[in-house]
Formats: sequence, C-alpha cells, structure tokens
Amino acid sequence: MTTLWITILAVALANAAIKASGPVLVGGMELPSRANAVISLLAPALLAALVVTETFSEDGTLVLDEKALGVGVAAVALLLRAPVLVAVFLAALTAALARALG
Amino acid sequence: MKDERERAERRSRYYAGARAAVPFALATLVLGVSFGVLVRSLGWGAVAAVGSSVLICSGSAQFAVAAVLGSGGGPFAAIVAAVLLNARFGPMGVAVAPYLKGGPLRRALEGQTVVDASWALASRGGGRFDREFMIGATVPQVVAWIGGTAAGVFGGDFVGDPERLGLDAIFPAFFLVLLIEELRGGGSAITVALIAAVLALLLVPFAPPGVPVIAACAAALLGLRRTS
Repeated sequence: MTTLWITILAVALANAAIKASGPVLVGGMELPSRANAVISLLAPALLAALVVTETFSEDGTLVLDEKALGVGVAAVALLLRAPVLVAVFLAALTAALARALG
Repeated sequence: MKDERERAERRSRYYAGARAAVPFALATLVLGVSFGVLVRSLGWGAVAAVGSSVLICSGSAQFAVAAVLGSGGGPFAAIVAAVLLNARFGPMGVAVAPYLKGGPLRRALEGQTVVDASWALASRGGGRFDREFMIGATVPQVVAWIGGTAAGVFGGDFVGDPERLGLDAIFPAFFLVLLIEELRGGGSAITVALIAAVLALLLVPFAPPGVPVIAACAAALLGLRRTS
C-alpha cells in the first residue's frame, strides 16, 4: 500500500471518529443546564471564528486582500437587508472584480 | 394517521434542507473540480483522488493532505494537519447531538452528515438544530463534492482558478450570514462571538491552521456564568 493510500485511510478514519464523538458522547444524556448554556453558545463562537479565519488568514498569516473586500461588501449588503443569496453572490463578484482589476 | 402526518412533515424538511443547500452544492462542485485537477497534477491516481473524496468527504481535510504531501511533507504531517482542520467537527457534533436519534451506532452515523454548510443551515438559534434539514442539506453537497472531484480528474480544468471567480469569498460570506442570524437573539451570543473572533485572529500567526477555530470555542464557556 502506498503512502498516499495510508494517509487517505488514516484521515478518513480520524474524520469519521471526530464526527462521531460529539453525537455518541453527548447523545441521549440529560445535561445540566450550565452545560446546555455552553453548548448553545458553540454555534456563535464557531461561526465567528470561521468568518474571521476564512476571511483574514492565508497559510498561517493574517491577510487583508480582495476576499476580505468581498466579504465586507456582503456584510454591508446584509446590514441593508439584502437577501442572503444576493449578499453571497456580491461577495464572490466583488472579489473576482477586484482581482481582475488589481 | 398522526404517524403518517409526522413522517410526511419530516420528509418535507429533508427536501427543504436539500433545496437550501443547492447554491452551496454548486460552489462545492467547483471546489471539487479544482481539487481533482490539483491532485491529478500532483500525480495522484484517479482512484486515489475520487476515493479520497468518497472516504474522507471533506474539502478542508483533503486540500490540507494534498498541500502537505505536495510540498514534500510526510504522511504524519498530512494526517495531523487534516485532523487539526477538522477538529471543529467535534464541537459542531456536540452542538447537534441532542437532536440526533437512536443508539450510539446510529448517532455516530448521523454525525457523519455534519458538514459546515449543513450544520450552519440547520442551526435554528439558541442552540437548537433541525436534524432532518441538516441531513437533507448534506446530500447534494456530498454528490457535488464527489462528482466534482471525478470531473476534475477525468475532465480536466474547465472551471479555471476558483479564486479568479471569487469563489473563496463565498464560504466566509455565508458563515457571516449565519453568524448574523445567531446574533439577532442578542445577549451573551454577541459577547461570545466577539471573544471568539479576537481569539481566532490572535492565534492565526502562531498556531497551525485549524487550531484557532477550535481554541475560539473556549469563548462558549461564558455560558457557565449564567445562573438559572
């Protein structure tokens, strides 16, 4: 078996185990209300972290580039109550245009 | 009769999830094509390329594996990079866990349907999740990812550079949409989001990719302060 296949299989198994861990360990149990309070705050924490890392980081460094401009335009569109798909489309369009012009 | 109505209602939520995921499936398709083209250029066989998309089924982990192996890194480094990137599925799985069904085996299988866009689409605020909607939303994305990889491997590069199309801005913009939804409830969610964002940004220059997002989850511990 090649190195590539060993890597693929190991990552597949690890990924499946990570995804199974939460549902198997937490599932079905009655949790204390404080634990539920923490769990219900995981969504905003994860989403905020995903937004900033996907927008401002590239290969372990902080960057401010055309992608951030696109996400910024989407943010303005959302604040002006634009529909979700319009905002997401504007993000891609802005980044593409900025790259084409820049 | 009641059972039947409930079943029909559940079925409609699976379909609603699948429909809601179509725009993300299109973006995933393009990313899948670019993954196929990339690993083909790195010398992966067609079976390994498509096989990785079937077995791992995670864009972030697979791009990480390709990047590490492609730049001369060993398998161990590639596995660690992929695990760190996908560690976020741990807390995501914890968050949806109360809404999944059945015994440990079934819950483990249902947990496999947690992917970024589905998880976020199925979030109903205040920590609630729509199980059927999430599972439904994952189906078109999986099909698009595997199909896109195959198209990239066999069909060649007909989409070009995803960055040129601005596609890399789609996912952060989408997460932003859902973040704003989460924050509409106000209260500690806003504080938690701010702390998480700052923590993640501070860690980016020092920690390996993936770690900032996991560490930012610590912001949710603010929930411990609540007394009730």
